[in-house]
Amino acid sequence: MAKLIQTEEETLLSEAAHGFLSKSAPVSRLREMRDSGEHSDPALWQEMAAAGWAGVLVPEAAEGSDMGHAAAHVLAREMGRNLTVSPFLSTAVMAATLLRQFSDDSATSKLKQIAVGGLTYALALDETAKFSPDQVELTAESRGNGYVLNGKKRFVVDGCDADRILVLAKSDAGLCLFDLANKAEGLTQNALKMIDSRDAADLIFNDVEVSGEALLGDPGAGFDVLKPALEAGQAALAAETTGLAEAAFSLTTDYLKERKQFGITIGSFQALQHRAAHLWCEIELTHSAVLNAGRILDETPDQATLAVSVAKARATDTAQKSVQEGVQMHGGIGMTDEFDMGFYMKRARVAAEWLGDYGYHAGLVAQLRGF
Amino acid sequence: MGEVNAGRDHAEFRREVREWLETNCPPEMRDGAAGESSICWGGTTWVFTCEAQKIWLDRCAARGFTVPTWPKAYGGAGLSRDEDKILKQEMQAIGARSPLDSFGIWMLGPALLKFGTEEQKLHYLPPIARGEIRWCQGYSEPGAGSDLAGVQTHAADQGETWLVNGQKIWTSYADRADWIFALLRTNRDAKKHLGISFVLMDMRSPGITTRPIQLISGASPFCETFFENVEVPKTQVVGTIDRGWDVAKYLLTHEREMISNGGNAMGSGRALGAVLTESETGQSDPVLRGDAMRAEVDSLAMAMTLERYKDQAEGGQGVGDASAMLKYMGTELNKTRLELIMAADGADALTWGDTPASSWLRTKANSIEGGTSEVMLSIISRRILNLPG
Repeated sequence: MAKLIQTEEETLLSEAAHGFLSKSAPVSRLREMRDSGEHSDPALWQEMAAAGWAGVLVPEAAEGSDMGHAAAHVLAREMGRNLTVSPFLSTAVMAATLLRQFSDDSATSKLKQIAVGGLTYALALDETAKFSPDQVELTAESRGNGYVLNGKKRFVVDGCDADRILVLAKSDAGLCLFDLANKAEGLTQNALKMIDSRDAADLIFNDVEVSGEALLGDPGAGFDVLKPALEAGQAALAAETTGLAEAAFSLTTDYLKERKQFGITIGSFQALQHRAAHLWCEIELTHSAVLNAGRILDETPDQATLAVSVAKARATDTAQKSVQEGVQMHGGIGMTDEFDMGFYMKRARVAAEWLGDYGYHAGLVAQLRGF
Repeated sequence: MGEVNAGRDHAEFRREVREWLETNCPPEMRDGAAGESSICWGGTTWVFTCEAQKIWLDRCAARGFTVPTWPKAYGGAGLSRDEDKILKQEMQAIGARSPLDSFGIWMLGPALLKFGTEEQKLHYLPPIARGEIRWCQGYSEPGAGSDLAGVQTHAADQGETWLVNGQKIWTSYADRADWIFALLRTNRDAKKHLGISFVLMDMRSPGITTRPIQLISGASPFCETFFENVEVPKTQVVGTIDRGWDVAKYLLTHEREMISNGGNAMGSGRALGAVLTESETGQSDPVLRGDAMRAEVDSLAMAMTLERYKDQAEGGQGVGDASAMLKYMGTELNKTRLELIMAADGADALTWGDTPASSWLRTKANSIEGGTSEVMLSIISRRILNLPG
């Protein structure tokens, strides 16, 4: 039974990730990318792949490092601290978790490519402004050996640059999950100008023909196939968001120790001290929830729903508190673009919505707890 | 979420415990009752609520299960934390009541185990484990609440003994306790933290009187305790003379963890989910439901945090100042829980008797006793965040 504390390996991994990211992909890199209009960094992803991060959930049989979910969370947390932009969540966490449920040659070959950084994925889930993955209107109609897809998916994270798309569609047999090239004929990507400066798109499916092999799992079993990947993604996003909350908090406490008003450092005011201390407590609880989700995903993944939703709900809430207090305690400078806090705030907002907001996950928790 | 981490390699121990409980736990003690009214406090003044309560205590005491993690020599069962967890899980599974709760178990025991002499341990611990001697805690004074190190109850040096004069307040159950452990001023010239000793006194000593204080909950768990020329042998000091603050600090840390873990004052054990499902309001009021969801998410995260800190403590990293966080978050969440239970029960909760009303009122002290929420936040701010002043 794994303890709710970091193992030595995890500590080493986190130190290595910290060293690498604070040099190669710090917040200043995101600023640079925003200013130049880039929203992905393929060279960085190659470096991450070389370090085994792209294959963090790819089985060793498919040449992955297969370090597990808790390790993926260690990496995601460090990326959150640095606001690092990468296809890690969509590809290394969600697509890999999804594909490793299959043992055919096609899945294995895709997993191999993921592990070496040669293939990226996006999950096309939402159709409305809110996450509700099983409410699907996009249709999949049988035609000959395959299907024809028609409809629209919104807020597809990594939707412009990903090589392949995983999409949930409604067929006569129920929900079906398809794996298709993002460059398929009839598929249009409308890039979104996101507040967090990252890649996201609305995808329009207009008579997109896919072969029978594009279907993952049985017809009608689409959501069951998707679920483990969703939960893995939600937990990793919670880890990323926790890292974000910690980094924003650390900027804030540094500022409290340095900024002087009325002739003294503002960190000596009890009104601010107590708010900072409370926020630290919130972060501690959230960190525990993320650790717990990682342990359960690694040990008993089919019983992870409650743990994952607690983690995602908590992380969403804590990150928003952290950035809001961050701006307020910084005062005017917190409102300036020149200062990094705004980047944290915008990412926290996007992460809050992606893969289910607070209400979605708290609702799941209540349901699982019997009310 | 504890079940998630349950030991898989302790199957043998689990089976043993399950069998033992099956044979030894009387049916009356399997009603899942928790909280003030079902607790067995023990001590010479204790009146058992029924025969089964006494049988259950005696059987557990004989097996070391009143203090499972204490060494066998002092009345415990010498269990590891994993084994202790299994015992707790198995007890919970059959709704077994705790056989004995007391300040001796929670507070003095840990202090003696850490700071006591071998002689003191052998003398004081076994009667605690058997529920024979009931202890109370003499910390706060009218002039020393949050500023606890300002205690003034004075112990004057008389060679072999001390002569104690002064007053304590908020002494839980002093009127029913056999002994008291107290912080006394043994040196008025030293700096305030360095002139305090941790002293054990027999409550029957001439010169000690108590007066219960009625609280808003209608109960009187706390007392004023007066000391008038009380003679105390010097052998009854725990740790070094004048360095009682070290013992107190250790115990306060321990107390904070304990309170956050759902100590006896945390009120009704009803889970929010059950409360909402049972009550009409809980089903129909969307605002209450929303608040309850938030509380549920937070208390699950709190449970995981307690688990994490226990794992950390077991790995040799103490909980230390973070106990302030556990205490603060645990008690604030508990107050919220009882507010929601009151709201869910509506007018049904507004009468005395078999309602959550007295629990609800009792929980208001959670964020005051053992260090206020504000003191906890100041500790975090100074010692963990290193904010100035």
